[in-house]
Amino acid sequence: MAVITYLDAISQGLRDEMRRDENVIVLGEDIAVFGGAFKVTRGFLEEFGADRVIDTPISESGFTGAACGAAVEGLRPVVEFQFADFIACAFDQIVNYAAKNYYRWGIPMPVVFRGPSGGGFRGGPYHSQNPEAWFTHVPGLKVVQPATPYDAKGLLVAAIRDNNPVIYLEHKHLYRRIKEEVPEDDYVVPIGVAEVKREGSDLTIVTYGAMVHESLAVAERLSREGAECEVVDLRSLSPLDRDAFLTSVRKTGRALVVHEAHLTGGFGGEVAAIIAEQAFDALDAPVTRVAALDVPSPFAAQLEDAMLPTEEKIYTAARDVLEY
Amino acid sequence: MPTSTATRPSDDLTRDDRLELYYFARLTRDIEERLAVLYRQNKVVGGLYRSLGQEGESVASAYALAEDDAVAALIRNLGSLIVQGIRPRAVFTQYMAKGTSPTRGRDLNLHFSHIPDAGGPIVVGPISMLGDLVPVMAGVGLGARMRGRALVAMTYIGDGGTSTGAFHEGMNFAAVQKLPLVVIAEDNKYAYSTPVSQQMALARIDQRAEAYGIPHEMVDGNDMLAVYDASRRAVERARHGDGPSLVGVDTMRMRGHAEHDDMRYMSKPLLDAWKARDPIARYHAHLVETEIATETDLAEIDAMSRAYAEAEADLAEAEPPPEPDTVAAGVFAGDHFQPTVEIVYSPFREKRGTPRHAPASEAGS
Repeated sequence: MAVITYLDAISQGLRDEMRRDENVIVLGEDIAVFGGAFKVTRGFLEEFGADRVIDTPISESGFTGAACGAAVEGLRPVVEFQFADFIACAFDQIVNYAAKNYYRWGIPMPVVFRGPSGGGFRGGPYHSQNPEAWFTHVPGLKVVQPATPYDAKGLLVAAIRDNNPVIYLEHKHLYRRIKEEVPEDDYVVPIGVAEVKREGSDLTIVTYGAMVHESLAVAERLSREGAECEVVDLRSLSPLDRDAFLTSVRKTGRALVVHEAHLTGGFGGEVAAIIAEQAFDALDAPVTRVAALDVPSPFAAQLEDAMLPTEEKIYTAARDVLEY
Repeated sequence: MPTSTATRPSDDLTRDDRLELYYFARLTRDIEERLAVLYRQNKVVGGLYRSLGQEGESVASAYALAEDDAVAALIRNLGSLIVQGIRPRAVFTQYMAKGTSPTRGRDLNLHFSHIPDAGGPIVVGPISMLGDLVPVMAGVGLGARMRGRALVAMTYIGDGGTSTGAFHEGMNFAAVQKLPLVVIAEDNKYAYSTPVSQQMALARIDQRAEAYGIPHEMVDGNDMLAVYDASRRAVERARHGDGPSLVGVDTMRMRGHAEHDDMRYMSKPLLDAWKARDPIARYHAHLVETEIATETDLAEIDAMSRAYAEAEADLAEAEPPPEPDTVAAGVFAGDHFQPTVEIVYSPFREKRGTPRHAPASEAGS
């Protein structure tokens, strides 16, 4: 097994599926000749040709709709949004068209929407957002957010093979920063299955995406101080693996929910509500959330760092829950 | 680029084809008349959206397609669905929110699809957000091309719908990719209550196509053969790899947006002028004048159409509503969903025993 980056894992998963299934196509802005803004599809045009690797006009609504139409005709399109922020331009086609078609007509809509998301690299208000909660509110959409190269490849392969529209949010800040051994052969990470990334008995940290790494760092630090955290990586937000975090919370009696997206209306509120409804008796402390401030993503480093959840903020919140 | 109108594909229509066109337009109107009765009886759930005065353009444009081409109709394109063989009962069950409707009571009126696994007409259902179907049907054309099928995708857009961003993005995408798409742009004078003059500063709706560098033409939308000719020319270009076209049809919505609309904003002189141009009455007169059919022939078709519409409505009325415990089934693919749309052939096609055109898989390059 080779050690590869999160970015290369996405690229590898996509390439493998295109080799395996000729119905898989990719479309988006600057993905063919240029290989994509982040180079996920570098070399794809040469290998698969212009029929399957399509440079589109700047028209997210247009190519998202076209992907849905191609899916009606039996293709399995993978749409790349140059940045997840731009998925807003295609919102209608995703939430009103793709998401509701199976419920209305029983017509599968196997389209993957890849959105390079997340902050921490000074992208400003339009190149930093975490839009998962826009979509977890919509029945009929699956939403996944991998934290590791292994999961990035396995979830992408699962998303492409899924007969439903899948919002696949890949964190830009993890692209070249996170590496691990990834099998070169075919495997999937099932959608809707969380993973316990670290076991512990004192506090459950429920998280996903980039915050998995910050949470693991906090768990390491707290371990040195004598407290053992269990870190649950949701991996999929819709469908949601409720049992994974409920089982953990029933064991530890304490829950901290961490995500990089904004606090209010963020997915952490849903997790907290489920814990309150279904594991209330097990709780020894209030369910607590750590998330980004409710402000647009600012540009300057001093401002963005103040806005995003950081290891320090998670650590402080974790201590408060442990000491409640 | 305005397109050449040199060819007249309607010259090749047989007598049966011409009578079939009449039958489809008549049946479309009869279904809607029957729906209007059901609406007044409170049996239609929600609104009723008539295509009165526009039946001719829906029927004649879809008639230019081959049997297994793809069409995406909007709420006023019942005629297109009837041409492609959607059984009228399906439409009645949709309007009455029956559990056996194509959407099992989940969506309304013409918001349904028929996507056969192999062969037969493809009907892609609409959503209420106008314009969205243009990129979707461009994508159907893209998918078909990739799979080696010479399929043509046709969809409709009203004057109001052409103002949307989705319309523009879809047209532009189809143009740069040279996709086999035909868009019928209907100038029916009002988008709900808003007149065309407040939708666009263009003189003619087909001029929208100038922005995409694709062929376009404007036809009298209440002249069924003119609509057929323009649509057929566009379909042939699409099938032979020459990319998308836009056909503008000049027509008139003779009712309000829906039956509950009091039409107070509509111009009375305009309605009167268009009443004299009713597409079915004009085509009827044409068939008699050209001695293709006698009044008696057409009266027989009228009776047959009316009886069929009524029988289909009665069948649909007897269908059960959906069971409440089915509400959560099928949000995600994998749950069982039994398609209930039945494809039927008109008496004229049954008589011939063949589809009216060669199937898409055999035509074209």
